[in-house]
Amino acid sequence: MLLNIKNLHVSIGGKEILKGLNLGVNEGEIHAIMGPNGTGKSTLAAAITGREGYEITEGEIWYKGKNIVGMSPDDRANEGIFLSFQYPVEIPGVSIQNFMRTAINAKREYNGQAPIPTVDFLKMMKEKQAMVEITEKLQNRFVNVGFSGGEKKKNEIFQMAMLEPSLAILDETDSGLDIDALRIVANGVNHLHRPDNAFVVITHYQRLLDYIVPDFVHVMYDGRIVKSGGKNLALELEEKGYEWIKESNL
Amino acid sequence: MKDNDNNSGIVQQQLLDFYKSNEAAICADDTPKVRVLRNNALQRFQDFGFPNAKMENWRNSKIINALHGNFRMPALDEKHSEAKPFSCELCDMDTEIIMLVNGVFSGETSLKKYDNGMVIGSTRTAMKARPDLFDRYFGTTMPAETNGFYDVNTALWHDGYFVYVPKNVAAERPVQVIKLIDNESNPFVQTRNLIILEDNASLQLIDCDDSFNQQSSLINAFTEIVIGDNASLDKYKLQNINDNTSLLNSNSIRQFGNSRFRSNTISFNGGMIRNNIHVALDAEGAEAQVYGLYLMDKHQHIDNYLKVNHKVPNCTSFEKFKGILDDEASAVFNGHVYVAPGAQKTNAQQNNSNIILTPKAKIDAKPFLEIYADDVKCAHGTSTGQLDQEAMFYMQQRGISKANARMLLMYAFAAEISNHIAIPAMQERIDDMIKRRLRGELSSCDNCVLRCSHPKEYHFEIDENKL
Ligand SMILES: Nc1ncnc2c1ncn2[C@@H]1O[C@H](COP(=O)(O)OP(=O)(O)O)[C@@H](O)[C@H]1O
Ligand SMILES: [Mg+2]
Repeated sequence: MLLNIKNLHVSIGGKEILKGLNLGVNEGEIHAIMGPNGTGKSTLAAAITGREGYEITEGEIWYKGKNIVGMSPDDRANEGIFLSFQYPVEIPGVSIQNFMRTAINAKREYNGQAPIPTVDFLKMMKEKQAMVEITEKLQNRFVNVGFSGGEKKKNEIFQMAMLEPSLAILDETDSGLDIDALRIVANGVNHLHRPDNAFVVITHYQRLLDYIVPDFVHVMYDGRIVKSGGKNLALELEEKGYEWIKESNL
Repeated sequence: MKDNDNNSGIVQQQLLDFYKSNEAAICADDTPKVRVLRNNALQRFQDFGFPNAKMENWRNSKIINALHGNFRMPALDEKHSEAKPFSCELCDMDTEIIMLVNGVFSGETSLKKYDNGMVIGSTRTAMKARPDLFDRYFGTTMPAETNGFYDVNTALWHDGYFVYVPKNVAAERPVQVIKLIDNESNPFVQTRNLIILEDNASLQLIDCDDSFNQQSSLINAFTEIVIGDNASLDKYKLQNINDNTSLLNSNSIRQFGNSRFRSNTISFNGGMIRNNIHVALDAEGAEAQVYGLYLMDKHQHIDNYLKVNHKVPNCTSFEKFKGILDDEASAVFNGHVYVAPGAQKTNAQQNNSNIILTPKAKIDAKPFLEIYADDVKCAHGTSTGQLDQEAMFYMQQRGISKANARMLLMYAFAAEISNHIAIPAMQERIDDMIKRRLRGELSSCDNCVLRCSHPKEYHFEIDENKL
């Protein structure tokens, strides 16, 4: 199993947010996680990526056969975990090109490889930008500075394509996107999807799942996964609303 | 506070005594005008002494603490060895070099003349050799608001550097001034510099302050700059002095019509630094861009005082100073833009921003706009914060180590200033120095401030498109 989360409890500032969450993801699978606002979906993403301030009070996160609790965020990233941020961060003064090259070389160094040759890097930038339909001019702009909401999300998918993760978590990458952008993001994911990697797609709306077809759908509520099923669960959820989940969990 | 005042009184007396016993030597080459200026300044210095920390423009400035009273006045005929091992790694940049040791011109030809009429060399020699030219410009930029440091410089100055670019001449190569302090015995150095650009002239000037060893010293340098109609000066100041050296670097710039002044003051290291920059926009169309960057740590202190005087309509001034403060370092930013009555269509922008890396580092920012015209575009802003933790995590999530993420953020912050260096080879060196400084690998150099010939491998990339 690529990712195996067992009985995960996470607190922020002493307040328990995740309350015993279990999740298993195999290579080649796409999992969707749905659930009302504030149930802890982003907290789960933060715990998997090792964000400071998210205290794991109980449980384990197994990834590629290692319990990664306690591993630094950059080591986790270099082990192949990628997060498409719900709110991508602006970094004035750091160009996308510089940022990506630094990230790619960090990963290569981690794997004992030499830095990427400039020609290869530039070629790769070009290819991946085309894939998410962003203009080449973007590379000299500062990371996310002055980007529209849609551009920020496309930029996340672009970075994902550059870094070729084994496990990609997309945290509401579809929120606020128009249909065009949604299609581009979904195409990106489908394009990158391979038998040896996996996606965890956190979303609020079933509409993304028209484009990215999940193998499993999980419903989160109050810090736990309360229901799991196939892709039809998303449709059922759409139909009955989250009230249905809340009621059945009272 | 009392002790300091007392000590500054002792230093004042010491300087006055020094003048009295060396008057003949100090004034030996004076033109009548210079002599008058000396006497007036001496009188003021005698009456008012040094500024104290209670005065508006000197509040929180620690430079006054440097007046501790144990100075040696450098002998006026002191000969400085060219035998000292010295290598400047920036020299291969193809510049005209002027070297000062303890504020006194050092070298064989004390005044170098070029075919195009340009003259560079010793201030004192220039005064002797070209008294007419000298008198036309010397003392013509002095700011109305003087103080004891300016006065004592005007009264006691002995030498410094002189650069003259005549009408319609564009200097072929940048002029580079290297100032060394050979400070075996705690000298108090009064350096006087004069830069003259006549109409339509242009010049790039690199002015480096550094020190030989870890001895303490106090440098009081005053640079007068005249920029004629349509003339253009780019002035780069690099400061990388040891922690025991205190430096006052004062500049007074007078700009004529449609002239352009671009200044970039980069302070890498120094126990105590006070930069004073007075810009007088005297005729329409003049434009001043004043940039600064300071990277301070330990107990270092830097204090930037800027005064831009918009005297007439249609002038532009743009000031941006940025700093990164680590450990218990402290900084003062004191920016004053004055827009005179009738100076319509003034465009004046002033900004100071800081990154504070520790809870004990301190910044005291005092931007100040004083506007007496109604049709102007003026703005100022300051910001102080820590490194952006959101950005830190974002970068780490992409595999970049915490240390490199920090570096990237700090470098990006600093590069906004170094990007304004218009000499590409120099910008590259400076960027390299900034990185080394931020990594704690740049020391104040014993031989040369710019020992940059051994670039190390860095774990992050530089934007090629910026180089
Ligand atoms: N940094 C934080 N500090 C305190 N509480 C937080 C923080 N981040 C999230 N929370 C709380 O944790 C809960 C779950 O938040 P989140 O994981 O963002 O939910 P979701 O992504 O499902 O909308 C919410 O109640 C939220 O208020
Ligand atoms: Mg969320």
